[in-house]
Amino acid sequence: MTALVIADHDNKNLSDVTAKVVSAASQLGGDVHILVAGKDCASVAEASAKLEGVVKVLLADDAIYSARLAENVAELVVGLMGGYSSVLSSATTMSKNFMPRVAALLDVAQISEIVKVEAPDTFVRPIYAGNAMQTVQSSDAIKVITVRTTTFQAVGQGGAAAIEKIAAAKNPGLSEYVGDRLSSSARPQLTSAKIIISGGRGMQSGDNFKMIEAVADKLKAAVGASRAAVDAGYAPNDMQVGQTGKVVAPELYIAVGISGAIQHLAGMKDSKVIVAINKDEEAPIFQVSDYGLVADLFKAVPELEAELGKLGL
Amino acid sequence: MKVLVPVKRVIDYNVKARVKADGSGVDLANVKMSMNPFDEISVEQAVRMKEAGTATEIVIVSIGPAAAQETIRTALAMGGDRGILVKTDQTVEPIGVAKILKAITEQENADIVILGKQAIDDDSNQTGQMLAALLGRSQATFASEVKIEGGKAEVTREVDGGLQTIRVNLPTVITVDLRLNEPRYASLPNIMKARKKPIDEKTPADYGVDITPRLKVLKTTEPPTRKAGVKVESVQDLVAKLRNEAGVI
Repeated sequence: MTALVIADHDNKNLSDVTAKVVSAASQLGGDVHILVAGKDCASVAEASAKLEGVVKVLLADDAIYSARLAENVAELVVGLMGGYSSVLSSATTMSKNFMPRVAALLDVAQISEIVKVEAPDTFVRPIYAGNAMQTVQSSDAIKVITVRTTTFQAVGQGGAAAIEKIAAAKNPGLSEYVGDRLSSSARPQLTSAKIIISGGRGMQSGDNFKMIEAVADKLKAAVGASRAAVDAGYAPNDMQVGQTGKVVAPELYIAVGISGAIQHLAGMKDSKVIVAINKDEEAPIFQVSDYGLVADLFKAVPELEAELGKLGL
Repeated sequence: MKVLVPVKRVIDYNVKARVKADGSGVDLANVKMSMNPFDEISVEQAVRMKEAGTATEIVIVSIGPAAAQETIRTALAMGGDRGILVKTDQTVEPIGVAKILKAITEQENADIVILGKQAIDDDSNQTGQMLAALLGRSQATFASEVKIEGGKAEVTREVDGGLQTIRVNLPTVITVDLRLNEPRYASLPNIMKARKKPIDEKTPADYGVDITPRLKVLKTTEPPTRKAGVKVESVQDLVAKLRNEAGVI
């Protein structure tokens, strides 16, 4: 009945999402182990060992895992599955890449992006961009699950699991890592930020996002964008919130110049408090927002920045 | 180089899915159906590879009901050469789809399979990765740029923090993301020509694949709805409410 959770990390830091995956894994009713696959990633294993409810951390430290190529990680995970009844990982692009590969090699279905554990074999997941929720029961002996972490509470830090080094699996030698072009920003990541402010097509240009960034800096918020803004070239794709971008659920989500297409709502409607600033009072975003301000964003956003300044933020 | 492009018939991108009152699923009766938008991008990619001389033949596959033939025709009108319809009225899960596609890829000797990263109905995002695993091939998912050279594919991928570039051995399986290209509209002459292109009809049994679902759908429900809140009059009012009422700043 033991569950294996695959750690999400960058070889240095354990991502916040892993504590939420552990929370989902704990609900399956058995022990939870974590696998850390990477290169020079001992610090990640140590952080994993502190997560509450984790009994053991497996550390596979090898150059072939430095970029966590799907072929290599899948080979390693499948080799370990003899001792586990389930394997879980976050629904990040990293896990979405290798988890279906694991499932296929085990000849089982994958249960994608679960938002709730109803029973150890029964899960709830969104379909049709979150316009419907499906409850599914798995008949497979091993459950391969990706977790939409926005709906699970992170476990605490009280654990003291043993760390066991394991050998690398064989290198399938099918792919190689060339390089990254990661957005560097001092602001928090979209998927872990407590406050997010996003701009839509109403921003009218990429340059105008500076107004949003100024507010973000006051609130220590992450900056997001709607698909319309990304398609128009105002913002890079990794800032996209929505069905085809990132799914977020911060404490506060501020939507600026965003009409509220289904595709965008799918990515942010689980936020605790939603604020909409839009000059069109009929915009669908007002139907899901807790506080709506019908106003010209080019006046309202600088005013918002000034008001926050008055509060000493 | 032969390219295989699987396409799926799904609810149209602009139609809001409605849950049936009895919780048995999503109501698809009299709803406009179209090709999965990500699959249009994979068809476009294959056609561009043919135009560039990299691909020699494009085979379009769809697994689904008889009406999925229309989806294949659309892809043929965009530039596919011929089609295969694997006919079934059952829901086929990604693992079943991947097994059928494995058999077809081997039979056709396709060097590259290009798929959409996910279908907008079940949002699984699994089939391409599963197919690559079953074939023992490399995979390049969420592609926003593809270059084929020297027996390898260099693919730039959309990842959470930005972009990642990898180089994978051929043969390979590629899944596409939104920014790879802008799919073309089929011209009327090409739509006429597509009517004459051949489509083979098969069944899952022809490939010896058991498509019995592994997941039992117990129920389908409406998502929890949010209620519209209040309109505030000014920025000052908004900031005061966020601080004093919601307590989030």
